[in-house]
Amino acid sequence: MERRRFVTVDGNEATANVAHMCNEVMAIYPITPSSGLGEMPDAWAAAGRKNIFGVVPHVAEMQSEAGAAGAVHGSLQGGAVTTTFTASQGLLLMIPNMFKIAGELSPAVFHVTARTVATHALSIFADHSDVMTCRTTGWGMLASGSVQEAQDLALISHAATLESRVPMIHFYDGFRTSHEVNKIEQVTEDDARQMIDMDLVAAHRRRAMNPRNPVLRGTAQNPDVFFQAREACNPYYEAAAGIVQKAMDKFAALTGRQYRLFDYVGDEDADRVVISMSSSIGVVEDTVKKLNAQGEKVGMIKVRLFRPFDTGALIAALPKTVRSIAVMDRTKEPGASGDPLYLDVVAAVTEQWGKINHGAPTPQIIGGRYGLGSKEFTPAMVNAVFRELAEDQPRLRFTLGINDDVSNLSLDYDESFTTEGDGVTRAVFYGLGSDGTVGANKNSVKIVGENTPLHAQGYFVYDSRKAGALTTSHLRFSPRPINSSYLVSCANFVACHQAHFPERLDMLSIAEPGATFLLNSSYGPDEVWDHLPVEMQREIIEKKLKFYVVNAYRVARDAKMGVRINTIMQTCFFKLSNILPEEEAIARIKDAIKKTYGKRGETVLQRNYAAGDGALGALHEVKVPSEASSKLHRLSPVPEAAPEFVKDVLGTIISNRGDELPVRAFEADGTFPTATTQYEKRSVALDIPIWDSEVCIQCGRCSLVCPHAAIRMKVIDPAKLDGAPEGFKTVESKGADYSGMKFRLQVFPDDCTGCGVCADVCPGKNKKVAGRKAINMENKLDHLEHEQANLDFFLELPDVDRTTVKIGTVKGSQLLRPLFEFSGACAGCGETPYVKLISQFFGDRMMVANATGCSSIYGGNLPCTPYAMNEHGHGPTWSNSLFEDCAEFGMGFRLAVDQQIDYAKMLLGKLSSELGDELIGAIVNNKQETEEEIARQRANVAELKNRLPKSKDPHAKNLLASADYLVRRSIWSFGGDGWAYDIGFGGLDHVFASGRDVNILVMDTEVYSNTGGQASKATPRGAVAKFAAAGKPSKKKDLGMMAMSYGNVFVGQIAMGANPVHAIKTILAAESFRGASLILAFSHCIGWGIDMTTGMNYQKEAVACGYWPLFTFDPRNEDRPFSLDSKQPKGDFKEFALKAHRFGMLARSKPDESERLLQLGQGDIDERWHYYQQLAAVEHGAGEASEEAAAASGNGGGNGEGKAKAEKEATK
Amino acid sequence: MNVQLSTRYLGLKLKNPLVIASCPLTHKLDRLKRLEEGGAAAAVLPSLFEEQIVHDDNAISDAQDFGTESSAEALTYFPEPQDYRTGPQVYLEYVERAKKAVSMPIIASINGTSEGGWTRYAKLMEDAGADAVELNIYFVATDPETSGSDVERQCLDLVAAVKQSVSIPLAVKVGPYFSAMGNMAKRLAEAGADGLVLFNRFIQPDVDVEELNTSSRLVLSSPHELLLSLRWIAILRGKVPASLAVSSGIHDAAGLAKALLVGADVGMIASAIYLDGFEKVAEILAGLEEWMERKEYESVDQLKGSMSRENCPDPAAFARGNYMKALVSYTGPAI
Repeated sequence: MERRRFVTVDGNEATANVAHMCNEVMAIYPITPSSGLGEMPDAWAAAGRKNIFGVVPHVAEMQSEAGAAGAVHGSLQGGAVTTTFTASQGLLLMIPNMFKIAGELSPAVFHVTARTVATHALSIFADHSDVMTCRTTGWGMLASGSVQEAQDLALISHAATLESRVPMIHFYDGFRTSHEVNKIEQVTEDDARQMIDMDLVAAHRRRAMNPRNPVLRGTAQNPDVFFQAREACNPYYEAAAGIVQKAMDKFAALTGRQYRLFDYVGDEDADRVVISMSSSIGVVEDTVKKLNAQGEKVGMIKVRLFRPFDTGALIAALPKTVRSIAVMDRTKEPGASGDPLYLDVVAAVTEQWGKINHGAPTPQIIGGRYGLGSKEFTPAMVNAVFRELAEDQPRLRFTLGINDDVSNLSLDYDESFTTEGDGVTRAVFYGLGSDGTVGANKNSVKIVGENTPLHAQGYFVYDSRKAGALTTSHLRFSPRPINSSYLVSCANFVACHQAHFPERLDMLSIAEPGATFLLNSSYGPDEVWDHLPVEMQREIIEKKLKFYVVNAYRVARDAKMGVRINTIMQTCFFKLSNILPEEEAIARIKDAIKKTYGKRGETVLQRNYAAGDGALGALHEVKVPSEASSKLHRLSPVPEAAPEFVKDVLGTIISNRGDELPVRAFEADGTFPTATTQYEKRSVALDIPIWDSEVCIQCGRCSLVCPHAAIRMKVIDPAKLDGAPEGFKTVESKGADYSGMKFRLQVFPDDCTGCGVCADVCPGKNKKVAGRKAINMENKLDHLEHEQANLDFFLELPDVDRTTVKIGTVKGSQLLRPLFEFSGACAGCGETPYVKLISQFFGDRMMVANATGCSSIYGGNLPCTPYAMNEHGHGPTWSNSLFEDCAEFGMGFRLAVDQQIDYAKMLLGKLSSELGDELIGAIVNNKQETEEEIARQRANVAELKNRLPKSKDPHAKNLLASADYLVRRSIWSFGGDGWAYDIGFGGLDHVFASGRDVNILVMDTEVYSNTGGQASKATPRGAVAKFAAAGKPSKKKDLGMMAMSYGNVFVGQIAMGANPVHAIKTILAAESFRGASLILAFSHCIGWGIDMTTGMNYQKEAVACGYWPLFTFDPRNEDRPFSLDSKQPKGDFKEFALKAHRFGMLARSKPDESERLLQLGQGDIDERWHYYQQLAAVEHGAGEASEEAAAASGNGGGNGEGKAKAEKEATK
Repeated sequence: MNVQLSTRYLGLKLKNPLVIASCPLTHKLDRLKRLEEGGAAAAVLPSLFEEQIVHDDNAISDAQDFGTESSAEALTYFPEPQDYRTGPQVYLEYVERAKKAVSMPIIASINGTSEGGWTRYAKLMEDAGADAVELNIYFVATDPETSGSDVERQCLDLVAAVKQSVSIPLAVKVGPYFSAMGNMAKRLAEAGADGLVLFNRFIQPDVDVEELNTSSRLVLSSPHELLLSLRWIAILRGKVPASLAVSSGIHDAAGLAKALLVGADVGMIASAIYLDGFEKVAEILAGLEEWMERKEYESVDQLKGSMSRENCPDPAAFARGNYMKALVSYTGPAI
């Protein structure tokens, strides 16, 4: 027998390990937080790891979860043991197939990281709204509450489904369990072989579809027989719970860990019991144990098997003495008589209590809701539930963990109640994503977990912003198993890995008295105190904290580690925490470094060693003065001048105190104001662009490419410059358009992320120092105060009159105010410059439908959001529907808007006598194609709205409500390639076919960026991505060509970095086209492994070598709609490709395969160019027949046929 | 009459004195085979650049880590490769494959900066099967505080350290910019160099007047560059206990003959092949053979060094006198 070992892994790895062992086929699709579940088997399969059947499982990425479920269904019918992994909406997309799979009694397991289904907002965090939606599918449901259980119940579910033939959802809480790192005893392949009965596998194969023994499944049945046939499965469901228990027992015999369908913990004679499921069970159990120790007769039921719900087993597990029960649901079923688990318990008790517990009084049952969207659930809250159960008349429905001042459902609780035991190290680390804090802490958990008898837990909280992202690591080390599935709130070790955090963050409120505080600072032990804000000084003194400082920046620099201070801080932590003897700790850290970096070569290994070796010499204790004397104060999260909502709600969220906000703080429908990023000054850049006015040629490229709208230009009436701060430089505006005006370029120093793209593209060269340009990146601190003052004045200066701007030029476009600013996108993001540019053109009349993905996160993740407003309060209005339906969602906007235009025009007709033909004619006949026409329309509609309230005609009121639609709206669908090429392609295709005026921007990063770099059908051949670890073997889909095949779709392929004017003109042309428009925008991404500073130049090289040809297909140019707009490719694709890690890593790891794929890639380029060249020469629309055909194909379904044609004529 | 073309270089017995210099041509197995088929006696592989390895390994590691552990949804962006094939691994694998692919001696080459790196890589090359190692010393003393003797000491220390780490022969390729080349050559040999390769052709930075940037490109050698090597080989022949190789400016059989005459054990070519193709190897060898027959040389051994400074009729030509003679005999077009 293989020996079991203790490993320290997260819930996903624990589960994936079992899934890999027990399955033959995995059809997968990425969705947070389950993506890792598929990625690991994919990587293992690529490395040749076999399953218990002795072969390497087949792992196939599909185009959506619906596709994955279909493939699973097919694979099961084909006789393979099959699984998939998903969460949230992904699981919902699988539901139709889940009905089929269960209906056909096919044994299968879906491992689900339970995640909130988006309602008023998207949330990537945990609750059970997804799995609870599957209750009617006929799937069994097993809930795991910890990392250990995630592994164990994964194996039990695979064993049980094979015997029961009831497919199983095995679920655990997203992030809380899926991403928690904990020490577990790992099952072995022998264990898996013992659990998986090969006779049952053979039986599964015998039932599979086989032409040698043909059968028919999936029939259509009529009312006469469907019902009876549906009931035929009942015996299987009756047997299923028993089979699961049998598998649990078998597992217990193997491993010693006994699970039951319902596990009872607590006093044998408990009068109060809490029933809960998944990660909450550890919290409840700890509380029960503490209360039992205090003599309270309380207990709990851990629900393992939620479906089929074995009512008898539940009642049998409950003590007869119980008088009141609280059932905890981690989901919300609005309008129901109770949430799902509660209702099941009520039914079970009502039905079975009397039968089993003869004579005992039936307990009262109340239902509580907790933990939606991963809201914290703590022992203090559980204690409050037991207090409530002790009441004579407890509240029948309640919520926990929030302050519900609207429905008054929430229970108050005593926050000081804790079950945290003695002898436990509780450490919290504040770091930046880029400094490696999380990785080091994961290693620390592993070091302790795998080298000491201690138990270890790590949980990591991330920022919703990607540039300058804050990470918080919560670690526990304990002699006892750690059930605490909630954040550390009482830390005995706090580390701040970045010196600037204390300026804004209160990180010591969680430190317990006498705790250790470690700060990374470039100030030494004698200087650092005076550089802390006074609030922090007070906490250090009052709590008598032991304060240490380390200059990790210097050690990292000396070790050539750049900004990665991970190993240094880790070494200091072990030194100060005394979890291990110092020498042993250092040896274990080196082992961990070798494990993590060993494969990367001696160079990398040595620099990490050097960093660790240098750490202790740079660590010093700080003598804490007796008084807080600092003149520095912690900065407020938003300025005093910010609007009330921003201060009260968003400011609270920014301060990490969002949990304190009551229900009343929020709009019930999820509506939020826009233009709020302007109030959050994150100041994450180290260097910022500084303008050299003498060298500047006023081209506007810096402003164009800035991903964060943090560098802008204005032409200024010299008369407005009175009162300018000293040093507020301006120069004469170049060119005739703004002759006599002044010009200034202004950096937004606290909003810049320091990516340096502006300086990289700047063509202005200093004649005296060739290395300097018109934009130079310089240390922010040298310029901050000065530029802040300049910015304040700059913002007061009026924007240029839009009607005077030549918007088709780079400079012209950049004189328009961006209505998308300071997003949380990655520094140097390749997507946001396009979004910003579009907002400059159309933002004040724009509606955005945004596919889920990076652009919905940087576009709409709280606390602050980047879509902004102009001086009139106009700006983009934005919404995210789903990942898959963005094109349709945008088309819905169009349908509504067009309908409202028709309605308003009809009403104008009815009011013509009152309003007069002149005004109505001016409104109706305005084509609204230029800025002047739009401005005139705005004025006329304003006049109309002025007049309407005075009218007594009943139509006037209705027209007033719809009058705004008369200003032409710009309808956009924004999304990435995962949406457009894969999951949303069907909808996109339909919008193309509709001919409706929807502008579709596909920001093609050639990979699923937001979920961490999984291959999409836009991923190029030869690039390495997740699910394409061996290099993508097939070529990129030509989405533009597909769209062009309709003939009536505008298609433009652009790359801002290669040809900004082409990008600008294509965007303008696409928007002006009154049919569907597709813009494929080349968007460099950190998922490519390039230097993001040079992203725009990378785009240039991509176009130059033919990798990304520029073109437009404009149906208005009837003779030659296709125009190939980039030059004949020059240079070698391979040379271009190998500059990016995504191609380069394959060239290293598999040089021959890389060579083969890159040669094919060159062939793809040559072939496509050859084809496009021919296409550019083709003359279209020669005959009547083809025109008719175009009309028929382009306007199918009668939706806007006449209009599209008429408008096409009009725009010629 | 058949002439004997065989020679000894670094203690290796070579079938003729034509060796392929370190250049990208030797970096592909198929090219290496063609060169051998053409008659090349040995090949020096392209240099393994220590800075390049350090840079690449760090860059790849950084790229793999870039942006990771920052966003809850994207904890990483790339799958973890099974094998990074970092450091000198790819190069060493190539040495092994080259050894299997051809039967001529393979001389691995190394260009590094740190003592640890040079010695470690040299040993790994030996382990991979290289017949000899060529140490390419390319050091630009940009710091005005660094003296000539500092530079010399550093070179000698490196040579000694590498020599200690390997048991295969060691060639040292240097540039001509030493104040006393002869003395330096002698000390290099004393420090452990089994052979000297004269001279290194440094890639010089250029200025791009359009982009106002610097650029660097490899310029192929021209025949006149042979003269510098000829002088020093002639001077060193018989004075230094090391093999001598000419590595710049041999473009034809006459060039190779000159190298041998002044005392080189081998002549190395690269630019000539870039200019005229792989056939050049056979052409030069045939030309040498034809010339030797015509001049009635029996063997390379016989002619080797017959015009060294010691042996030539006008030794002053290789010293300053040669310079003076050139000046007084020069008549420019304006006169």
